[in-house]
Amino acid sequence: VTVLVDAGTRVVVQGITGHQGTVHTVQMKQFGTKVVAGVTPGKGGTQVEGVPVFDSVAEAVAKTGANVSVIFVPAPFAKDAFFEAADAGVSLVVIVTEHIPFHDMLTMYYYGRLRGVRIIGPNCPGIAAPGKAKVGIIPNVVFRPGRVGVISRSGTLTYEIVNGIKEIGLGQSTCIGLGGDPVVGTTFVDALPLFDQDPETDLLVLVGEIGGTAEEEAAEYIRHSFSKPVVAYIAGRSAPPGKRMGHAGAIIARGRGTAASKLSALQAAGAAVADFPYDVPSLVAQRLKEVGTR
Amino acid sequence: VVKLAEWRGKEIFHRYGIPIPKGRVVRSVAEAEELVHNSTLVLPLVVKAQVLAGGRGKGGAVKFASTPAELRSVVSGMLGMQFKDETVKELLLEPKVEVGRELYLSIALDRSAREPLLIASRQGGVEIESMADDQLLRIEVHPFAGLAAYEKRQVGAAFGLDSPASKELGGVLDSVWKVFQQEDAELVEINPLAVVDGHLLALDAKVIIEDDAGFRHLEYSDIRDDRTPLEELAREKGIAFVQLDGDIGVIANGAGLTMATLDVLAQFGGKPGVFLDLGGTDDPAKVTEAFLLMAKARPSVVFLNIFGGVTRCDTVAKGLVAAMALVPESDRFPLVARIRGNNEDLGRQILQAAGITALSDLKASAQAVVAAERPRAAGKAPA
Repeated sequence: VTVLVDAGTRVVVQGITGHQGTVHTVQMKQFGTKVVAGVTPGKGGTQVEGVPVFDSVAEAVAKTGANVSVIFVPAPFAKDAFFEAADAGVSLVVIVTEHIPFHDMLTMYYYGRLRGVRIIGPNCPGIAAPGKAKVGIIPNVVFRPGRVGVISRSGTLTYEIVNGIKEIGLGQSTCIGLGGDPVVGTTFVDALPLFDQDPETDLLVLVGEIGGTAEEEAAEYIRHSFSKPVVAYIAGRSAPPGKRMGHAGAIIARGRGTAASKLSALQAAGAAVADFPYDVPSLVAQRLKEVGTR
Repeated sequence: VVKLAEWRGKEIFHRYGIPIPKGRVVRSVAEAEELVHNSTLVLPLVVKAQVLAGGRGKGGAVKFASTPAELRSVVSGMLGMQFKDETVKELLLEPKVEVGRELYLSIALDRSAREPLLIASRQGGVEIESMADDQLLRIEVHPFAGLAAYEKRQVGAAFGLDSPASKELGGVLDSVWKVFQQEDAELVEINPLAVVDGHLLALDAKVIIEDDAGFRHLEYSDIRDDRTPLEELAREKGIAFVQLDGDIGVIANGAGLTMATLDVLAQFGGKPGVFLDLGGTDDPAKVTEAFLLMAKARPSVVFLNIFGGVTRCDTVAKGLVAAMALVPESDRFPLVARIRGNNEDLGRQILQAAGITALSDLKASAQAVVAAERPRAAGKAPA
């Protein structure tokens, strides 16, 4: 058992006939993921890259045994796509789509909880377990199977850091990009216990950014309940207060959410804190050596 | 974000049944005089500058007028006045009222709890930041349930109102909740919610609409917030563009990587002046647009830092090469390019063919950027 996805993961791609849906279907398959179905209403009966397309998620699930969905549909239709996936009985929905209104996301989050469906995202790169499955858009080239877990609020910054871990000869157990929106389906605190219980993860890398208090809450959880070593990096230490830095969440407002507060909380929780992204891999190697695992 | 001026907020309040003073917006002295002359408004009036910044009362952006002469002088003095970063173009004229009590009421998103948070206080009229924590009632509102009757009673108890205001409160709370949900608001704030002649009256309105909900609120599409002209142009092209205080231009993809890039530059003494987040794109033309925008900002040097994912390295390389041919001689800038990730080798080849050597190490690239800064001759583009 790994974190959320493994060799038993069977993916249905919602919005498979769109450009990004098609491109990433190919990439996910190349990663070794079982992409078993696509859904685009009105395009049922066709195929995309050898993957059968259905008109509804329910039909896709019934005919292919899909158990995880990834959503690429445009923001105005994402909520409906999620309802459909949740009602069809998948257990995990990765929402790649960006610019979903947070009011919609609140509705999706609580509906998912009612239905027992976990959401990763929105506006996120998704999840990957090298050698097993990838659901989302993280480039395949950054991965190598290994024992370092990664959770992050960023996209490309995650790729940068995961790639750095690969370049020093280590690999990853599972990597999750949670997304940087104001409301996300899975937070650091939601994901931490999964990595703590995962027998394939020896160490966790946490990549945060300024804004909000998710990193402070993660630090609190790590301090009390997380048994594995943690290496952390926080982006945005040079960001001026009051400027929105791209992610809706990445803003320092009213003195809250600063890099300094996050770094000191993580340090106090026993995490090794990297000053810059390129410092993460050596800290990972050092921590692994200290705890005597590989 | 779309921050609505007070009068627009009040217009929404009125539509949802929240009581507001019967005011009018004016943009000239003549308009104000006409409204009094034809008895649409009756003196004495309060004149409120329609700016988004707070602290209007103390800053001379709210004044009273009791006579036609006073009205003329207050209105002409306020129109065109500079208030913080804004120029006053609109005034809200409202009847002056005798305020009994001033309360505070707002709903905003609590990101950590993933629930809307209602805040109420019996001590309104001052900024919430200055209110003592034990004076604030906080109620997490479940998006499926809305405000429950018992929660409304809690607010009532906190306010300690007498009839008829106490009887009006439930309706006001329901309406504020509806505005928050149906208008896709990030914040709905009434401060103060006043008691006037025993009745509730929203004397101010602060409503912020979420950008991402723009597709279902076209009525706000004409409202600009505090973006600079270049930021506005970038927005139209779907590029996140932010102007800071330094001179170095940064083009990266993804918010986190962009921030990390700024951090690394700062470490080596570089001062970023503009950053531009390409986001996810596979259109070289968008990359070209980004470089042309960047040239307009007149950076001292440009650092292109790409980790190829959705945005592939070859796409960026093609866009960059095309842009270089389009940037006028006078706007040329030194460039340091660093690319990694999807189609890195292909991107490197394309750049090489155009005479650009792409680096791969982030630290070394940042050092090269700081070393390549050109002295600024022509001065900074107007922000």
